[in-house]
Amino acid sequence: MAGIEVTALHKRYPDGTVAVEHVDLSIGDGELFVMLGPSGCGKTTTLRAIAGLERQTTGDIRIGDTLVNDLPPAERDIAMVFQFYALYPHLRTRDNLAFPLRAEGLPKPEVQARVAEAARLMRLDPLLDRRPRQLSGGEQQRVALARALVRRPRAFLMDEPLTNLDAELRADMRTEIKHLQGELGATMVYVTHDQVEAMSLGHRIAILNKGRVEQVGTPLEVYDRPASLFCAAFIGSPPINLIEVEVADGSLRGQGGLALTPPSGLPRDRRLVAGVRPEALEVTAPGAERSIPARVVSAEWLGDEIIYVVDHGGQRDVRVRMPPTVRFAADAPVGLRHTGGTPAVYDVRTEELVA
Amino acid sequence: MAVSVDEAVSAAPARDHTPPARRFGGRGRPALEVVLLTVLAVVMLFPVLWMIETSIKDNRDVYAIPAKFFDFNVTLDHFKDVFVAPDGGRSALSVSFLNSVVVAGVSTVLATVLGVPAAWAYSRFTLKAKKDQLFFILSTRFMPPVVVVIPIFLMYRQVGLIDSKLGLILIYAAFNVPFTIWMMKGFVDEVPAEYEDAAMLDGYTRLQAFWKFTLPLLVPGIAATAVFALIFSWNEFVFAIFLTSSDEVRTAPPAIAGLIGGTTVDWGLVAAASVVFALPVLVFAYLVRKHLVAGVTLGAVRR
Repeated sequence: MAGIEVTALHKRYPDGTVAVEHVDLSIGDGELFVMLGPSGCGKTTTLRAIAGLERQTTGDIRIGDTLVNDLPPAERDIAMVFQFYALYPHLRTRDNLAFPLRAEGLPKPEVQARVAEAARLMRLDPLLDRRPRQLSGGEQQRVALARALVRRPRAFLMDEPLTNLDAELRADMRTEIKHLQGELGATMVYVTHDQVEAMSLGHRIAILNKGRVEQVGTPLEVYDRPASLFCAAFIGSPPINLIEVEVADGSLRGQGGLALTPPSGLPRDRRLVAGVRPEALEVTAPGAERSIPARVVSAEWLGDEIIYVVDHGGQRDVRVRMPPTVRFAADAPVGLRHTGGTPAVYDVRTEELVA
Repeated sequence: MAVSVDEAVSAAPARDHTPPARRFGGRGRPALEVVLLTVLAVVMLFPVLWMIETSIKDNRDVYAIPAKFFDFNVTLDHFKDVFVAPDGGRSALSVSFLNSVVVAGVSTVLATVLGVPAAWAYSRFTLKAKKDQLFFILSTRFMPPVVVVIPIFLMYRQVGLIDSKLGLILIYAAFNVPFTIWMMKGFVDEVPAEYEDAAMLDGYTRLQAFWKFTLPLLVPGIAATAVFALIFSWNEFVFAIFLTSSDEVRTAPPAIAGLIGGTTVDWGLVAAASVVFALPVLVFAYLVRKHLVAGVTLGAVRR
């Protein structure tokens, strides 16, 4: 296994589209690193550049200590799992697994041993003699994972491997991948646009937008202190509340008089907006201590929680996550107060975190 | 839990099992359909039938008035005349048939060999002004070929390709390559590029990946495309008649047309030559019909 260093990566296609503006990444040995972003953010292009399937316009890629810029994919000693599995349709599972090993020219007993090991690990034994079209989506993806495993590569690259599975299977495979990665201690770069996948899998997450890295951090860091308004809005469901705030007499006030705990070092004379997670707010009975008057616009009853949409006199209604025991009718007058710690505050103009 | 976009849209399209509703007609409609289709079939097939009949009629019966539909003398003399000259050697027609086979075959192979890799490249790579390039390639098919026959004639005379099989092969290939590229691009688009990506990670070069994994999956498409290219080259008349003059080079369509025009026309020979000319493509299309149908629908459906 080896770490991966991406330095000043830039990819521009011959037709002029820039897929990756500037990306620096440092992926540790044995790390499960997730690249997360909307479609067209450059995450897949970055991954394909690491794999060698795309040649970057400028920038360096190192796998371990090797500069791999000019190495063809086969010589980079990495394995990739694709969204559409890419199992060779004319080969049985057994031969699909053995294929990369035979291409390497390994002796037959070694090939058999490694195929058997991968099949055991991914529980593929009953499927070994089937062809890809006789397998379900989940089974195909397990075969694709096993085919990546047999190589014992220095790193695994996963390009949205679970996107084509249905929701239940996806959760199972997520657990399986995480378990597998831990067991093998494998370096894994995982591309997805699904924040749940990113949060649950990643040791660290890189959020990409428009060909740039907006933030790199652990799932908790990314959730608690999004580095930019884009990250703040991208992570979290229901989405974060962005509340325009002013600094007044040492406290932070949103519209309607909502008081937030002010972080230290706030710049003056700039327009600021605070990112407040739905669980950092509380809907109370009207007139409760420190609360401001508000009105319930609508309520989503999700069983384990209720999401209230509350009008507090601000430009935008805020969303509040409450336990299912706290019930208010729609249109009811209520109180709203901030209960969380210091919120992340952003400059409206630069869209970056200021405190 | 967040619902990702793919999750929301990737569900298989709901199959509609209800039969399409009859809009009008009820019981009368099928009958009307049968009548119309029968009329259409007769109109379309009668010339073919008449051609086949004429090719096996005695000369006396060919010219009989009123025309004889059923009670004529069957003879295979016309077919013999197609292949054997009156002096017992090879007839000019048989030479032109052979020329047709060579010209159509080689030009189709050439168009396929050039067009399939080009289609692959256009499908797989991002290129500068790709759409414009593809449009330009297609635009060469906008005009009827006959428009350029005089410039081509003059150029061919200059470079000495007049009255040569090579000249015909080149011009047919030139007309078939754009068609091949466009049709094959549809097929290549259908084959996931990930097979090639996976193969490249497994140790193959890009070209090997194309050769070993994509090409085998393209065979039905290539078959369908080649049949269309073959039919075009096989039937082509205008260039053949303008660019060739000698019996040794001439292909079958102008040669058959050349049979008409004397003081008397040997219609029996014309019909027999036409039957012989029509058969190979008919047989070939029949042999690859599975690929043809599968290929055409596969390429046409966009997902």
